Amino acid sequence: MGKLKYALFTGCTAKQSTPEQMMSTMAVADKLGIELIELTEASCCGASHLQDYDDFLSLVLNARNIAYAEKHGLTMVTICNTCQLNTAMTKHRLDSNEKLKAQVNEKLAEVGLEYKGTSEITHFLYAIIDDIGLDKIAEMVKTPLSQFNIAPFYGCHNIRPSELQNQTHKTPESAYNPTSLDDLIIACGGKNVDYNEKNKCCGFHVELQAPKTAATLSGNAIAGAMDNNADWMVTPCPLCHLKLDTQTHHASEVIGREVELPVLHMQQMVGLALGCSHEELGLKHHVTKVDFV
Amino acid sequence: MSTDGITTQKVNFKVFRFNADDDYLPYYEDYEMDVTSEEVVLDILNRIKWDHDGSFSYRRSCRHGICGACAIKVNGKSTLACKESMSSMVELFGNELTIEPLSTKRAVKDMIIDKGDFWQKHDAVHPFLISDVDENPEHEHIVTQEEAEDLLDADICIQCGACHYACPVVDINDNFMGPAAFAKAYRFEADVRDQAHKERLTELHSESQGVWDCVKCFECAEVCPKEVNPIDKITKLHQMLFKEGVATSNVATRHAVGFKHSIARNGILDEGGLVLYSEGPAIVKHIPVALKMFRKGKIVPPWAITKSDNLDEIKKLVKSSSTVKF
Repeated sequence: MGKLKYALFTGCTAKQSTPEQMMSTMAVADKLGIELIELTEASCCGASHLQDYDDFLSLVLNARNIAYAEKHGLTMVTICNTCQLNTAMTKHRLDSNEKLKAQVNEKLAEVGLEYKGTSEITHFLYAIIDDIGLDKIAEMVKTPLSQFNIAPFYGCHNIRPSELQNQTHKTPESAYNPTSLDDLIIACGGKNVDYNEKNKCCGFHVELQAPKTAATLSGNAIAGAMDNNADWMVTPCPLCHLKLDTQTHHASEVIGREVELPVLHMQQMVGLALGCSHEELGLKHHVTKVDFV
Repeated sequence: MSTDGITTQKVNFKVFRFNADDDYLPYYEDYEMDVTSEEVVLDILNRIKWDHDGSFSYRRSCRHGICGACAIKVNGKSTLACKESMSSMVELFGNELTIEPLSTKRAVKDMIIDKGDFWQKHDAVHPFLISDVDENPEHEHIVTQEEAEDLLDADICIQCGACHYACPVVDINDNFMGPAAFAKAYRFEADVRDQAHKERLTELHSESQGVWDCVKCFECAEVCPKEVNPIDKITKLHQMLFKEGVATSNVATRHAVGFKHSIARNGILDEGGLVLYSEGPAIVKHIPVALKMFRKGKIVPPWAITKSDNLDEIKKLVKSSSTVKF
């Protein structure tokens, strides 16, 4: 087997509010022997908000991003659940509607690009599970996370709608009983924590217009993990991460109890188990201190 | 055990029990049963009532996934009891299954809930055609095939309430109309004969109750037994608000529009700039969190943002592909 190679769509937060996510992605890819070609031409995916305003523009911009992955002839790997959903949904809509695809391509032609539909789009979580395998990852673990109870927080846009999501990876995932992140925790030597909120919403997308709703949802998620004896949480989504890591003060106020747990990106968790340094994983960039290492 | 391809296995059920007239608190009753691969969840409810406890209460009627009466939750998954096969439940969750009403806090007796809030919100979107119909028409009001398809199957909703009680916003915000009401609103908004477009949309634009409070979790799309896909309709309603000129400038609409401006400027998002554009002067309330984030190297100032390569392409596409003005 040759070296695994993907086109990396970083999304915006990895370049701004979650620098630790970018650092840990690169560090873990290196350890796992994955080559990532960063799509530096990519724009924001619209984060599921642009489409509320201008659906066609959102389609064109996402199709452009995918077209760059196609130019490399590579599978596009995302590291943000919302990027994953928006990009995969664009692909699904264009691949199943020739007329829409032609309209989008008419625009892309103005800048010399074409959306063909030749690249797959998958989240880094599923890429490593599908293409490297949990057993192989477990074999590579240098520092098992055996002393930790770790609460997985899946994030909506990686598991729902399951019909679309399950087209983007080989390992089937149920939206009601997801297992991928639990399995990854176990592969890293940790103990996975089961709790009701693990597949629920963090509230990120209404943070500005409905801050109380958002804070209740993220507060309940952290509380659920704490009540089930989690030492820390782990998520594949930087937007969930922002909500759970940076806003615990407001969440505590709204739900009426102190909630706070360190939250790691899935790449950081894998990185810790594979023996990456804390600097490489950017652990100092967390608002809620990562105090267990 | 297998007979003619039918398999049987033991399943432990934990069943929610509550009688609002007598019980101070709900409790869970355990039942162990041999379940065959041919049975649906409704068969189990029937067996509990017929074989174990005649007082066990639940709603059911058509047994064909049409009346919407028997929606309940199995291990947190909202489902129509008459449609959901036991074998798929066991495959998904294993042999320990918890059966609960759609909303435990609205329980009246066992699986039966007070769906009053559902109907109140359903009625609030004026779920009927509003049109000045000529009482003595000279010709038919033809709706073309394409126009009918624009309803996107919103008309096949059976009002079972599965999405409504799976919605995390309905659970915590009493004002929020919820996915079923929005899908119903879309059903009439998308109808070419309807003349109440702007009035109905104005209700849906309202803060706290309307579509802008949707968290985009896709629970409603996942749960719908008729594949109505309510969040798809919610997205369409967002778009209609802009297209019909009903959307007013508020933090939610500026947030959606702000993405376009930010993308046109840098390709990737200017996160701080987007919050400023959305909030206006109210951005001051974000300062405490922003300071914490700044100290941890999580805020990049506008001048230091790495713009997307080939930004000229993005600028050109934003200009040529924009279809909405606000």
